[in-house]
Amino acid sequence: MAAQELLRIEGISKRFVKPVDLAGRIANMMGASNRESVVHAVDGVDLTVAEGEVVALVGESGCGKSTLGRVIAGIHEATKGRVFWRGQDIAKMDSAARQAFTLGAQMIFQDPMSSLNPRIRAGEIVGEAPRVHGLVDAAGQAEYVANLFRQVGLDPDYRRRFPHQFSGGQRARIGIARALAVKPKLLVCDESVAALDVSIQAQVLNLFMDLREALGLAYVFISHDLGVVRHISDRIFIMYLGRVIESGRTDEIFRAPAHPYTRALLDNVPRLDARKRSFSTVKGEIPSPLHPPPGCHFHPRCPVAGPRCAIEVPRRTTLSEGRIVACHLADGGVSAAA
Amino acid sequence: MAEPVLAVDNLATHFFTRDGVVKSVDGVSFTVAPGEVLGLVGESGSGKSVTGFSIMGLIDPPGRIVSGSIRLKGEELVGRTEAEMRAVRGRSLAMIFQDPMMTLNPVLRIDTQMMEAVHAHENVSEKAARDRAVQALAQVGIPSPEERLSAYPHQFSGGMRQRVAIAIALIHRPALIIADEPTTALDVTIQSQILAEVQKLCAESGTALVWITHDLAVVAGLADRVAVMYAGRIVEQGPVDDVLDRPLHPYTHGLIGSVPGDSLPGKRLMQIPGSTPSLGRLPPGCAFEPRCSRAVEACRAAAPPLMQGAGGRAYRCINPVSAEEAA
Repeated sequence: MAAQELLRIEGISKRFVKPVDLAGRIANMMGASNRESVVHAVDGVDLTVAEGEVVALVGESGCGKSTLGRVIAGIHEATKGRVFWRGQDIAKMDSAARQAFTLGAQMIFQDPMSSLNPRIRAGEIVGEAPRVHGLVDAAGQAEYVANLFRQVGLDPDYRRRFPHQFSGGQRARIGIARALAVKPKLLVCDESVAALDVSIQAQVLNLFMDLREALGLAYVFISHDLGVVRHISDRIFIMYLGRVIESGRTDEIFRAPAHPYTRALLDNVPRLDARKRSFSTVKGEIPSPLHPPPGCHFHPRCPVAGPRCAIEVPRRTTLSEGRIVACHLADGGVSAAA
Repeated sequence: MAEPVLAVDNLATHFFTRDGVVKSVDGVSFTVAPGEVLGLVGESGSGKSVTGFSIMGLIDPPGRIVSGSIRLKGEELVGRTEAEMRAVRGRSLAMIFQDPMMTLNPVLRIDTQMMEAVHAHENVSEKAARDRAVQALAQVGIPSPEERLSAYPHQFSGGMRQRVAIAIALIHRPALIIADEPTTALDVTIQSQILAEVQKLCAESGTALVWITHDLAVVAGLADRVAVMYAGRIVEQGPVDDVLDRPLHPYTHGLIGSVPGDSLPGKRLMQIPGSTPSLGRLPPGCAFEPRCSRAVEACRAAAPPLMQGAGGRAYRCINPVSAEEAA
């Protein structure tokens, strides 16, 4: 890739463990067999983000896209695997380099109302982090915040307002201004436009694209909305129950999806130009991540699954430069393995 | 054309709050023919849900229907007493809500709730009511309906719960179902399953459907006709193909341009500046005028009247988008 690598993750897994509670332990003493429940939210994911690139994580509920986003933004620590920021392993960084990573990767959340403190004025929400981190002194803070407000399309006079005095779209902009305040290189956007009305969503997407151009920002864009993803991203990672099942350049995936799940997703997306259509359906429900099916997680719902799919976890197969799919169809077929 | 199942004429529902009158629905007219699917589209606060609630007779104080008429199969619904509405609701008129957890009682089993719905309008035996419930669950594609009947709502997934809600709405084979964003909270593959079921059921039973949504793409795939609401008024309505391909109202035009995925990737989306106005303080002229790029002097003076276009189209704009611009 021509552009310089900004972030690389290798073999990242994140497990959440719910220990057996007191009642369960007492029951165990009497012969019951309660065990701790483990969710493999993210299971062995590799991913790179180049400077100025937009990478999208796509999937349905419970696929682990938000958890992966939080690992990338440094909010969750991975259970397994390594994260490299500009080529350096973050586990082995000194504190100055670690600081550069934590400031360099910022997150924008889905619901601005639950991620903005309702009792703090908008100007302070945006201005606090840069002051604490010494990016600006107390005297320069007002001007610094005013510039950020202008950058995200808010009137600087609104600095004295509280979050509840803004509309949904404006709150989304405050969330963006707060993330930009520490001069990040990478923004992790977790469903940042999902809750907005279409016309406001278009405004915020345009803002993301403007900022990318003006500041050279890279994005990890987490979304379930394939229309948004197609519009904004360079590369896509499609996730299902914690695993990446297909990845590659956005245009290639939309032109020729390789994994049956990707095909199903693309077929199921309502589109403006598909009128009075008969909706095709994938059978079944998304299984619980607590008890994922063995082998390929998608096989109980897959229209082309064979005996091999229920036994063996599909390997990642490289189809072409940067295009990876995890499906037995691309790796010797679905009939039982030798 | 057959007599419409539903005819809403000049409906106005206002909320009388301490801060003044909020005209949530203000002069809305539309009809739905038997077996027809009407997509009622709008952004938050456009009055689309209040329109649905008004039809169901579910407007609570400080709100009330101040004028207009709602006719279901020729019979007037406005002005009926609560008891009279109860006889209609669930029998010839049903509603599906966005969140099925709000429709279903969490402490009652599904069978109790479904049989209660049967008994509300029909005096039949327990056994017959149970059979009807099983039938309804099977109809919406719930596997092994007999066993699932004795489950509680929390034992179902989101998509399955919505199917149960749809099954309850279908129990009495109503003439009209009002669906208020029923697939918005669902995943794409599950949404698609529900849309397929609904499409099949309406085609089979001839039930008319008013599908309230903010998602133009869902309407494109499902509806026969579409009505676009803005600030309490229908600003444009007509057959889906006509409205989506050749929008006349600048708001519809902007809304279509705002949907990502169809315009070229990486290009800026067409955006509507500003945000939806507060319904308590609407401008005197066209409510969309402050955000409209085509506004002229006359737009500020008075609200545009409803104009009739060719092919059953209607719109409220004095300076509509021309065919060349819409392309």
